[in-house]
Amino acid sequence: MTAEMILPMVLTVIAAATPLLLAAIGELVTEKAGVLNLGVEGMMLAGAVIAFATTVGTGSATLGIFAAMVAGIVMSLAFGVLTLTLMANQVATGLALTIFGIGLSSLIGSSYIGTPVTKLATLAIPGVSDIPVLGPLLFGHDVLVYASVALTVAVAWFLKSTRKGLILRAVGESDLSAHSIGYDVIRVRYFAVMFGGLCSGLAGAYLSLSYTPMWVEGMTAGRGWIALALVAFASWRPWRVLGGAYIFGGVTILQLYLQGAGGIGVPAQVMNMLPYLATIIVLTVISAGPWRGRLDAPACLGKPFRPAS
Amino acid sequence: MALKIEARRQISTRMLYLTPFIAVAATVVAGFFLFLILGADPFLSLYYFFVSPLETKYGISELCVKAAPLIMIAIGLALGYRANIWNIGAEGQLTMGAVCGGAVALAFWDESGIYVLPLMALAGLAGGALYAAIPAFLKTRFNVNEILTSLMLTYVATLFLAVLVFGPLKDPMGFNFPQSRMFTDSATLPIIWSETRLHLGFVIAVAVAVGGWVLLTRSIVGFQIRTLGSAPAAARYAGFDRTRLTWFCLMLTGGLAGMAGTFEVSGPIGQLVPNISPGYGFTAIIVAFLGRLHPLGIIASGLLMALSYMGGENAQINQGLPQAVTGVFQGLLLFFLLASDFLVRYRVRMVKPVLEG
Repeated sequence: MTAEMILPMVLTVIAAATPLLLAAIGELVTEKAGVLNLGVEGMMLAGAVIAFATTVGTGSATLGIFAAMVAGIVMSLAFGVLTLTLMANQVATGLALTIFGIGLSSLIGSSYIGTPVTKLATLAIPGVSDIPVLGPLLFGHDVLVYASVALTVAVAWFLKSTRKGLILRAVGESDLSAHSIGYDVIRVRYFAVMFGGLCSGLAGAYLSLSYTPMWVEGMTAGRGWIALALVAFASWRPWRVLGGAYIFGGVTILQLYLQGAGGIGVPAQVMNMLPYLATIIVLTVISAGPWRGRLDAPACLGKPFRPAS
Repeated sequence: MALKIEARRQISTRMLYLTPFIAVAATVVAGFFLFLILGADPFLSLYYFFVSPLETKYGISELCVKAAPLIMIAIGLALGYRANIWNIGAEGQLTMGAVCGGAVALAFWDESGIYVLPLMALAGLAGGALYAAIPAFLKTRFNVNEILTSLMLTYVATLFLAVLVFGPLKDPMGFNFPQSRMFTDSATLPIIWSETRLHLGFVIAVAVAVGGWVLLTRSIVGFQIRTLGSAPAAARYAGFDRTRLTWFCLMLTGGLAGMAGTFEVSGPIGQLVPNISPGYGFTAIIVAFLGRLHPLGIIASGLLMALSYMGGENAQINQGLPQAVTGVFQGLLLFFLLASDFLVRYRVRMVKPVLEG
C-alpha cells in the first residue's frame, strides 16, 4: 500500500476516535473524583444538537462549539444537583440524563433534519501543513481534533503534577479523609462533573459539525457508552484513554473499509455490530485478564458522599 | 426564615408513596412551560397530552396495549434493581424475544393450531433469557459490568433484527420492503376487547405483576433479593448465593422482556419489522423506579408511562408538536422522581435564623 492509500484511512481513524476521546477524557476526570456519570450519551446528544442549531442559526461554528460546551455543563449540573446535593442514586440519575438527552435532542433537532451545515474548517498551520503526508496527518485537522489531544495532555498533567489534581484524586480515592483534612468534597466533585459535561458537549459538537455535518436523531449511536467503557479499558489513565480511543476509532473504520471492499458476503449490519462487540470483548479481557488486579478504579467511584454532621 | 435539612432516623414511608405524585405534579408544571416555549397553548396541550387519550374506548384500549410490555419488563427490572443488578439492556432482550417468537410464527406459517402461540411465547421467553444470559455469564464469571454489556448488546440485537428482515425473513411477496410476512391467525394473540387492539398480553402482564409481587414478598428468593440490595453484608453473612441471584434476576428480566417482544409482534404489529419497540425497554426503567420497584406500583406507573406515548402521538396530531415531547416528559419525570426521593431520607424544616451579634 502506498502513502496515498493509507493516509485517508488514518485520517478517518482520527475522525472516528476524536468524539470517543473527548467524551472519555471528560468522564475520566469525573470518575477520578469518585462520580460515575452514565449520562455521557445524553450529554453528547444535547451537545450535538445545540452545536448544530446554534451554528445554523448564527452561521458561526465557534458559537456552536461554545453552545455545546454550555449545554454539556448545564446537563452535568442537573446530574450534579441530583447526585451530589440531593444524593440520588448515580446509576439511575445517569440513565435519566441519557433518556432526557435523547428526548430533548430529538425535540430540538426535529426541525433541523435535512438541514446542511458547513463542515468544521480545518485549521491549517502555514508551512508545516503543506509537508506531504506528515502535514495533513499532524497539522490538517479542525479545532476539536487538536482540542481532544490537548485536553488529554492537560488532564494527564493536571492529575499527575498539580496540587489540585492531587486533591481531585484524593476525593475520588477517599472522600472521608479528603473531607477531614478540610477539602470541600462536594465542590471538587461539582467541578469534575462539569468538566465531564463540557467534554461530552464538545464530543457531540464534533459529531454534528465535523464527523457527519448534519443532525440525525440518536446520531451518537452508543458512542457515549463506548466512551464509558474506554475509561475502564484505560484503567483510569489519560494516556491509555488516548490509545484506546484510537484503537476503537480503528475498529469503527475497519468495518467501513470491509463494507467498502465488498464481496465478503457479510451484510452491512453485521459489520456495524463490530464496535459494540469489540467493546464487550475488551471489557471482558480487562476484567478477567492478568490486568484484573491492577484496574485502579477510584475507590469511592459511584458512592454518595455523606459527611457525618 | 431559613431552610434546615436534617436526616431522618428512618426513611419516611409516607414520602416513599408520596414522591411519585410529587414527581408527576412537577412534570406537569414543567410540561406547561415546555409547551409554552414550543409556542403551543399550554392548557390545551396538557389536555391533549394527559386527558384526551382517556376519553375514548380506543384511547383506553391503546393505553393498556402500550402498558403491557412496559409492565412486564419493569417487573423483571425492579427485581434486579432491588438486588443492585443493573440490567439496562431490556430493549435488546425484547428484540431478541421478538425475533425468536417471530421465527416460530414464520416457521409454522403453513400450519394452524392452538399450539403455535404458546410455542411462540416460549421461544420469546427463551430468546430474551438467553440473550440476558450473556451479561449474566460475563458478570458472574469475569466480573464484567452488566450495565455496559447489556447496553452494547441492545445495539447488536437491533442490527441482528435488521439483518433478518432485510434478508432471510423478508416477505417474498413484500415488494422488497424490509419486513416479514404477516403472521397467520394462529400466530396472532386473541383480542380481548372487540373492535380494539387490546390483546391477551395485557392480562398476562398484570398476572406477571401479581406473580412478581408474590415472588418478592412471599418467597425465599424475594427475601434474598431484598436483602442483597439493602444489606449486602448481611446477605453475604447469611450465605446467599450472589452468583445464583444475579443469574436469576437477569434471566427473569430477559425472559419477560423477550416474551413482551413476542407479544408485540404477535399482537399490535403482526409481523417482524425493523422497529419493534418505541423504546419500551428503556422506558420500563422509568416505570420500575416510578412504581417504587414495587410490582403493584409498577402496574400504575406502567399505565402512566403508556399515557406519555399516547400523549406524544396526540401532541403530534392535534398540535403539530414533535413526538419527541414524549421522551422529554419521560426523562423529566425520572429526574423529578430522583430529586424528590431526597424527601424520603431527609426532612426540610423552616427554622428562624438566630440573630448574631
